[in-house]
Amino acid sequence: MLWELEIRPKGRDGERERVCDEFDLLTHAQRGGELVAASARGFLLEGDLGEADLERLASEVLVDPLVESGEVRLAGARTGDYYTVLLKPGVMDPVAQTVLDVARMLKTPVVAVRTFRRYYGPADLPPADRDVLFRKVLANDAIEQIVVGPVRADHLGLGSAYTFRLVTVPLTGLDADGLVRLSKEGVLALTPDEMKAVQAHFRSQGREPTDCELETIAQTWSEHCSHKTLRGTIHLTDTSTGRTRTYKNLLKETVFAATQEIRTRLGAADWCVSVFSDNAGVVAFDDNYHICMKVETHNHPSAIEPYGGANTGLGGVIRDPLGTGMGAKPVCNTDVFCFASPDFPPDQLPQGVLHPRRVMRGVVAGVRDYGNRMGIPTVSGAILFDDRYLANPLVFCGTVGLIPKDKAFKEPKPGDLIVAVGGRTGRDGIHGATFSSLELTHESETVSGGAVQIGNAITEKKVLDVLLQARDRGLFNAITDCGAGGFSSAVGEMGAEIGAVVDLENAPLKYDGLSYTEIWISESQERMILAVPREKLAALMALCAAEEVEAAVLGTFEPTGRLKLRFHGNTVADIDMHFLHDGRPVIERNAEFSPMRNAECGMRNQNPQSTAVLESAIRNPQSALLAILANYSVASKEWVIRQYDHEVQGGSVVKPLVGVANDGPSDAAVLMPVLGSWTGVAVGCGLNPRYGDLDPYHMAAAAIDEAVRNVVAVGADPTRTAILDNFCWGNVTDPRTLGALVRTAEACRDVAVAFGTPFISGKDSLNNTYTGKTGERLDIPHTLLVSALGRVPDVRTCVTMDLKEPGNDLYLVGVTRSELGGSHFHLVTGQAGGDPPRVDVDFAPKVFAGVHAAIAGGLVRACHDLSEGGLAVAVAEMAFAGGIGVDVTDLAKLPGAETEADEVRLFSESTTRFLIEARPGNAAALRACLAGLPVVRVGTTVSDPRLRVAGSNGEWLIWVKLSDLKEAWQKPLRW
Amino acid sequence: MATPHVLVLRAPGANCDEEAAFAFELAGATVERIHVNAVRENPRKLQSAQILAVPGGFSYGDDVAAGKVLALQFRHFLSDALRQFRDDEKLILGICNGFQTLLKAGLLIPPDEDGPLATLGFNESGKFEDRWVHLQATPGRCPFLKGIDRLHVPVAHGEGNFVCRKEYIVRGLSQAGQVVLRYASADGRRGGYPVNPNGSQDDIAGVCDVTGRVLGLMPHPERHIFPTQHPQWTRHGLKPEGEGLQVFRNAVEFFKE
Repeated sequence: MLWELEIRPKGRDGERERVCDEFDLLTHAQRGGELVAASARGFLLEGDLGEADLERLASEVLVDPLVESGEVRLAGARTGDYYTVLLKPGVMDPVAQTVLDVARMLKTPVVAVRTFRRYYGPADLPPADRDVLFRKVLANDAIEQIVVGPVRADHLGLGSAYTFRLVTVPLTGLDADGLVRLSKEGVLALTPDEMKAVQAHFRSQGREPTDCELETIAQTWSEHCSHKTLRGTIHLTDTSTGRTRTYKNLLKETVFAATQEIRTRLGAADWCVSVFSDNAGVVAFDDNYHICMKVETHNHPSAIEPYGGANTGLGGVIRDPLGTGMGAKPVCNTDVFCFASPDFPPDQLPQGVLHPRRVMRGVVAGVRDYGNRMGIPTVSGAILFDDRYLANPLVFCGTVGLIPKDKAFKEPKPGDLIVAVGGRTGRDGIHGATFSSLELTHESETVSGGAVQIGNAITEKKVLDVLLQARDRGLFNAITDCGAGGFSSAVGEMGAEIGAVVDLENAPLKYDGLSYTEIWISESQERMILAVPREKLAALMALCAAEEVEAAVLGTFEPTGRLKLRFHGNTVADIDMHFLHDGRPVIERNAEFSPMRNAECGMRNQNPQSTAVLESAIRNPQSALLAILANYSVASKEWVIRQYDHEVQGGSVVKPLVGVANDGPSDAAVLMPVLGSWTGVAVGCGLNPRYGDLDPYHMAAAAIDEAVRNVVAVGADPTRTAILDNFCWGNVTDPRTLGALVRTAEACRDVAVAFGTPFISGKDSLNNTYTGKTGERLDIPHTLLVSALGRVPDVRTCVTMDLKEPGNDLYLVGVTRSELGGSHFHLVTGQAGGDPPRVDVDFAPKVFAGVHAAIAGGLVRACHDLSEGGLAVAVAEMAFAGGIGVDVTDLAKLPGAETEADEVRLFSESTTRFLIEARPGNAAALRACLAGLPVVRVGTTVSDPRLRVAGSNGEWLIWVKLSDLKEAWQKPLRW
Repeated sequence: MATPHVLVLRAPGANCDEEAAFAFELAGATVERIHVNAVRENPRKLQSAQILAVPGGFSYGDDVAAGKVLALQFRHFLSDALRQFRDDEKLILGICNGFQTLLKAGLLIPPDEDGPLATLGFNESGKFEDRWVHLQATPGRCPFLKGIDRLHVPVAHGEGNFVCRKEYIVRGLSQAGQVVLRYASADGRRGGYPVNPNGSQDDIAGVCDVTGRVLGLMPHPERHIFPTQHPQWTRHGLKPEGEGLQVFRNAVEFFKE
């Protein structure tokens, strides 16, 4: 029998308010209230149940009578006009799983549960309203379905038994066109050359591949897993000179090479431990621990289902440190998002594209719900807005982990058992690896639905709890996570040097009906793979059972050099490990660039403003300052930050929000990962795709500079700062797009070496491009995210960016040049062109060292780096965060800008600059720390709550109340 | 009695257990983190301890409602053992998810024939929030809060809105001395959001049972034991310790008297 329990809120109906607002925003109308009269949530419960059972479950478990009312009835028994939103079959429903467990605990005969949401409204909706309401507000087609009126069903059956049938794919006889068609129709995402290599291999074997073999190869060779473009051969041509240079392996010769050079230079003092080889990069931390970090992207899934995409994106990156060495404990998360403007006109959305406001709300909620439930503080990040991210929003999630020094390396041994731990395997996430390597189209929503998932954070938390105990008890020899490619990737990589045999029927399944291939390539979340010595298996299984974590022996690492898969004794794959991992033909691509000078910056103004406002901003620095503060990219992200638990685990030292009212924008977060020890880590990031429109090389340099600047500004040691790269690029088959990427990688090499900041890990996400119905393309801007992980020798010397007291001196350290290209001043004043900021790589490390010495020496009351909006924005943020006024009186003395216009001095975004507040008594000591560096006292702090800036003619260019500055900055994203 | 022994109860999804254990250790107790399954298997394990702490987190994902599933376990499997624990003059502390659990298990305010008298519902703001709050304490007979007047600690929750079934129940709790912590502004005055971060009736942040020895509170005292955890330590300088540590020290001292 199928019952339904419908639960309505007694007080305010927050969900109704939310959907009505959303409808009104999308339609520019005020009719949401007419369409949705009330909301409810509930459960469908199946089993041999009487009404009394249901009443008991409702009153004892499912309904809180103080705030809700519940009603029990047979499913479909209520007539009336309503719409019920249900998850599609097979989509993860953690709440339903918990309810099933509780019902069993209470010995109620429930056999299946589904959750639902319900909305009351008229049955005869006009088609246009219905389309917006159903598809864009109430549900997401990718994971949910809507039933209008009573839910008439009598059971919640899921999956039917699978009948084994070995599938082979006739491939050896295909011609070139046939191979291409096979790759496309099978969503294999292999190139014609790769398909030919596969064909040649199986011709030499004298047989056709099984479907499972082909899928395994496609996954292993996917861009997502093998990074074949950036590790392939690239010929880069400078079109202004016609000269060409060739990289045989771009990443190896740029990013990796920089790290290698730094490590060699450091010699015995090398503090890198394990870089670019494990799931996260590992560096030395203190006497007992190393620290590691990984940053991943989850862009394509987040475009289609923002909540689930971001949710599983964070869940996935948390498994990276957990799967590093013998397992690191995650200590904090980072998140960086790129979206189109929340004000994007809804009627101009391309087909199949979600509105950016919905994407943003979903992504933030997805990160929130996973990170908070895992008990890992989300401490640092950024959100950037640019309409070129409309169809391809970017979602970067990072995790820092702490690992005992003697657990930094792993080695699976021949004979070890292959043990899967954690979540069950379902049909979800099939083709994630190859899907994330394909471009999105207007059809992606429908064709790729299987690649979208919802996570279950508590499953992962239980896995984490158990695995750290198992690690400390020495119960396994190696660990890795199941990410893209699922078992295929995890077992294939771990056994690459040995060989493996797997009996696929041993994998615990969520429901019946999965074929052997689906089991092998499923990307179901929350799974880890261990290599377990036989004699340790019993102890491991007992530990897992004690904490309700499922574990299963899938097979053995057998020293055969082959990957053998069986299903109930039938061989379904038997591939040479060597061919799998080294058989992929090298990709060769052409790239080109021309040094761009004063090129047109083809960007749309992000904050649509009237021409009058633009003109007033050009003429009036105060208007420009207020407009930059109100730009979505600069504006306060408090709405997001407070939804993340940024203090769990107790290590918080410098929070993401700082200042007299705990609401100013911190440069970086600092935490002490080992409670009771004062050694800390600072986490920051840098990205500025707007500079990339003018010159990708300088964009990359600026991003590294910004990331390092951020951690130095709070007290990290620049000589113990590691960095990570995440390339998100458009269509790299376009030589110019790829050329920009190569220039970016070259900058990464040059700047990292000069700064002495090694790259320790990285990831790329290519082909972030959208093709519409009429073939129009929308590429994202070249986006390089640089994350910085800096060691803080003693967290008690950290500083924050908020001004502390009146009567102090305010110093600017660094050189200001006429570099308004790609600046936010240009953005808000509608100007294009100009020079982007350039990093002086010889000079910057000296500035970092000087500022660090001053902070460590206790001479600095506040420190803030200069970034978007330059000096004007930095001083404004320091002032309103601290509630302390400033008089800037020596603008004319800015080193490097003595002859420039005031707008350059105020708004240039020249790199490697800091504003420092210091007590007058420390002036001499501070100048000694900064000896030989360009430093000028630009003003003083005052008790009056206002910012004044005097121009070179002696008149006040800016005279504004701190409350007005703060309001301009807080208002846009006060959601 | 010299050094009390603390059990910090772990459950699937609990995630403030390590810092709660650390706070008790810093206050001078010996601490063991123990899984609820192990206690269910052998409730006598509770007898080894003087203090039981139910830490923050998302036990069982907070699926259904915050703390609800763990509360059901308490009611169905540990009811007698927990009652015995309290009647033995021992202490129980529930922080955040632990408060939600204790309240929904009926350990703070027992239900009457019409059901529970109070619950913790969704924040009025409709969202999870992490922010620092000021608390005004009225310790009465609650040993955890002995000598404490004000506390500055963070909250981080989505379901902390304290709601009673009837208005008179709130007054009754207050008169009985069970409302021991209220949200207040920095200068001690009552106020709306964000002074009261979740819309709780009567600004209630924490309540104890009639004995005073069982305390539940939404804010996190274990997140303010070091001076560096204070959100404005870079402005005001480092204090010798965080304000929340006294809560744990009081619990330890209770057994040393």
